[in-house]
Amino acid sequence: MESEKLDPVPFVLSKFRAFVIQSPNGAMPYLTWRRFVAVNVVLAALLLASILLACIIGSVHVDLLRALQSGIADNTDRVILFQTRLPRVLLAAIVGAALATSGVALQGLLRNPLAEPHLIGVSGGAALGAVIGVIVGGRNAFTETSVLPLAAAGGALVSMAVIYRLSLVNGRLQPYVLLLAGVVYNAFAGALIMCVNAITDFYQAQGILFWLMGNLATQSYRLVATIGVYTLLGAGWLLLQTRQLNVLSLGEEGAMQLGVDVDRTRRATFLGASFLVGAVVSVSGMIGFVGLIVPHVMRLILGADHRLLLPASLLAGAMFLVWADTVARTALGVVEIPVGVVTALCGGPFFVYLLKREGRRVFG
Amino acid sequence: MAHVIPLEASGLHFSYGRGPVIDDVSLSLAPGEMLGVIGPNGSGKSTLLRLLSGVLRPSAGEIRVHGRAIAEYSRRDLARAIAVVPQDTVIEFPFSVTEVVLMGRSPHLGGFAFEGDRDLEVARRAMQRTGVLELAERSIHELSGGERQRVILARALAQEASLLLLDEPGAFLDIRHEVEIYDLLQALQSEGKSVLTVLHDLNLAALYCDRVALLKAGRLVRIGTPAQVITYSVLTEVYETEVYVDVNDITGAINVLPLSRKYRETLRRGRG
Repeated sequence: MESEKLDPVPFVLSKFRAFVIQSPNGAMPYLTWRRFVAVNVVLAALLLASILLACIIGSVHVDLLRALQSGIADNTDRVILFQTRLPRVLLAAIVGAALATSGVALQGLLRNPLAEPHLIGVSGGAALGAVIGVIVGGRNAFTETSVLPLAAAGGALVSMAVIYRLSLVNGRLQPYVLLLAGVVYNAFAGALIMCVNAITDFYQAQGILFWLMGNLATQSYRLVATIGVYTLLGAGWLLLQTRQLNVLSLGEEGAMQLGVDVDRTRRATFLGASFLVGAVVSVSGMIGFVGLIVPHVMRLILGADHRLLLPASLLAGAMFLVWADTVARTALGVVEIPVGVVTALCGGPFFVYLLKREGRRVFG
Repeated sequence: MAHVIPLEASGLHFSYGRGPVIDDVSLSLAPGEMLGVIGPNGSGKSTLLRLLSGVLRPSAGEIRVHGRAIAEYSRRDLARAIAVVPQDTVIEFPFSVTEVVLMGRSPHLGGFAFEGDRDLEVARRAMQRTGVLELAERSIHELSGGERQRVILARALAQEASLLLLDEPGAFLDIRHEVEIYDLLQALQSEGKSVLTVLHDLNLAALYCDRVALLKAGRLVRIGTPAQVITYSVLTEVYETEVYVDVNDITGAINVLPLSRKYRETLRRGRG
């Protein structure tokens, strides 16, 4: 084993991790209910504060107290807060939560810290599914909450199955092939979408492009609530697999010998992650790197146990995208950047950093 | 319980597609016994272990664990009966040593559960046993090969299974760490665990095992005490090379030493 060089970022984080994880009586570091609740409560409080702050910040300042008073005539603060800001911020939180959660699950299942829905082609598959859904069912208030998320989830599931099969070489999962297959699948799905784009009429095509780049434009509360429920269902389902995902870190054979039904866990995780990615891609398009950055940072702080990592990443992912979207809305004044651009600008360098740090172990 | 045979295989066959890998192998493990499985590369040792641990299903033949057919066990029940230690374990994520050992409690937990005080106590004892308690808070990635293998052994002990199956547990270790692993196995054996281990090293097999089973090309060539199996005539035939076989003055166990080409040819000429 090569000794790792001192890397300032992980070093500081690991000190923080020691602070979070060690119990006062010097007991061995492992996950207890108390720690599980404490970490999640703190993160939930931070998320709540982030949502409130993000609602105030924007091209127009919102006076929160004035907005909350119902008696005022022509209360523009109230209109902006409840009709523009809040649904958008909530959607950002939901999308971030779903992407980070599916990232944790896929990384655990594929035993690869670089596995991320966007990078391994799952988001591309979901986008393709959603576009096919739009062509077949059209885009309206009904299909938005039913047909489109399911079509996108179907597309994600298909891409996952294809990429997983391609990455198995002699029964072993090859990390190189996994990432390459993901890149190619994304390109292929992108080409198909562009093809559709060329055939369909101008206005719809414009919509598709804007949506593809990752976009959290304000949506109805009904849609936001529906996607929120889907996200909670999918995350809850994945949470039930987390103990098995821990054991899977020992390899598939090792997990089997510890009583884990590996096939069942793999199916359940693929299904749950597809559902999550499908649900959010159908509303917000392809927002990359959330599922890469958030789980990695949380793993450095909290350790590798998926039982804690998954809910903590859900909350932190929500927070991350709320702030990324705040930047997207405000960084250039009145002009808005697609939020996918902001996450990619953070994610690209982060990926390079990860590749340098983890590459040797992952690919070596 | 003591009279029930812990592990029994009869007439096992298995193939990955091209020709048999395991061909009509029958053996049984007595309670509290250490049985070594030896044989040349590709003789099917690891495959046999995967059959016995229930990871692979034999195409013919039967395996009984504590008198019950292995097919009747659920994965979880089997994991409570048999603990397996592989050659080497690569753990992708930075779990702490404690967390890895606690994974051994997995077959005793259900669904989304957290380990309780008893699980922690079992893990602590297992870590004490294999001498890794002082590493408890370290990340598994910071450990040396020898330390990691002892953590994996502690994980297997935490399963509280009475049957231990090992696949060359000392393959990547230096001589001191290797004998430490086998010393520990011997101590566990004296506490009633039944141990079946694949070994590469014939000298360790002769030194530690009560009986050895010799495989060649998927067939069981011989099974018996080391003195019955590890002999000059058997080894030269099965390994297709000349070796020097002697008895160790200190242990009384058989020693096997390799010979370089010069001496092999001299011996061959001498035999005529």
